[in-house]
Amino acid sequence: MSPVVRLKIAIPPSKYDFEAQLRRNGIDLPPLGIDTLQVNVTKLCNQVCRHCHVDASPDRKEMLSPEGIAKCLEVLERHPQIAKLDITGGAPELHPGFDAFVEKAVALGKHVMVRHNLTVQLDGNPQTKENKEYLPEFFARNRVEVISSLPYYQEYFTDAQRGSGVFRKSMEAMRRLNAEGYGVQGSDLMLNLVYNPVGPYLPAAQAGLEADYKRELKDKFGLVFNSLYTITNMPINRFKLHLDKSGQFEAYMEKLLAAFNPAAAADVMCRSLISVGHDGRIYDCDFNQMLEMDAVDAKRKKLSIFDFDFGRTLQRPIQFGDHCFGCTAGAGSSCGGATA
Amino acid sequence: MSNYYESEDLKKFGDIGQHAKALADDFFRYYGNVTGTDGALSKREKALIALAVSHAQKCPYCIDAYTTQCLETGANPEQMMEAVHVAAVMQAGITLVHSVQMQNHLKKMVL
Repeated sequence: MSPVVRLKIAIPPSKYDFEAQLRRNGIDLPPLGIDTLQVNVTKLCNQVCRHCHVDASPDRKEMLSPEGIAKCLEVLERHPQIAKLDITGGAPELHPGFDAFVEKAVALGKHVMVRHNLTVQLDGNPQTKENKEYLPEFFARNRVEVISSLPYYQEYFTDAQRGSGVFRKSMEAMRRLNAEGYGVQGSDLMLNLVYNPVGPYLPAAQAGLEADYKRELKDKFGLVFNSLYTITNMPINRFKLHLDKSGQFEAYMEKLLAAFNPAAAADVMCRSLISVGHDGRIYDCDFNQMLEMDAVDAKRKKLSIFDFDFGRTLQRPIQFGDHCFGCTAGAGSSCGGATA
Repeated sequence: MSNYYESEDLKKFGDIGQHAKALADDFFRYYGNVTGTDGALSKREKALIALAVSHAQKCPYCIDAYTTQCLETGANPEQMMEAVHVAAVMQAGITLVHSVQMQNHLKKMVL
């Protein structure tokens, strides 16, 4: 497993200019709406994945405050048009207020999605040693949509990216979710998996890869799930560190640029969601959050969940950077998979 | 240049159009139509065939390019390695089947 590396983000001048690329293609990307509130409740995680854009690890301490969670719930309650809550991290289940956050959002009638890394069920909390084996039953009871990273249907790639033993534990965690009805035909409990490449290349076509995952996981492990989302690795933070160390950053950026797809650009996720950080600051997406590129209103004032205004947030100019080429390459990439 | 087969040279593939642009354009159109689309064979199957040919022809540019192409079309490492074995046994078989010629000639030499 690679050592934990904390990066102080400094964005150097870039020869990659995403906004110029949009202008060349005559594309304007204002927000379309806010149907999803994505909240990154903690950077604490039981895993240290090589591609992690959050730089999450077992020794991170960042947590959204109880006041921040209360404010998110208030915003959800006041705005019926924000129908979905997408809770992410780190491993979001390691936040001490996670369970109550889910239950209260569900009570508000919101569709709750949890970015669940599977292994936290078995590993528990690396700091407090709290057991997390109750999660499959908790998710099922609250009708949570579970979205889980599984970078491949085989051990080699999965463990290379997420750590030794992760694939085996992921299979056991999926078995427990299936036992609750997740991903099972006829059940409305949704288990969606996320694929991302283990290195500097683009994802294969989503539909074909989903068929491979379904066949292999069913045949070899008797496991089922609903959909596979293919996600492109963003050239930021820990993944960028590995690209730099292996001398492949430039080649990867050139690959993303060469694969720029205007149709994928039109459907980038930042047009329909906002991302809230552990300190309540609002961002256009989770990647901008990790680069500390705050969302700003039309007057360039930084946005925060603590003084949330729907109209002001909807009229914001979305902040773009080099990494946005990751969402527009090939078939596109978003938290819900391919976009084009 | 200090070495043959510089990996950076793969990016210069398009330069084969120098002095013969029309022919290169024809080639790249044909190349793209054959390898870049799903047809009777999927792009993944084509990538695995190309990976095997890359090894049989011992082309380091092609091995790099088609290892990536295999990954980007969803092939897994077992499929990729098996494709190389197909190339290997074909080459071994081609060598061995020529022993029939040797046997034939050997018989002529034994009077």
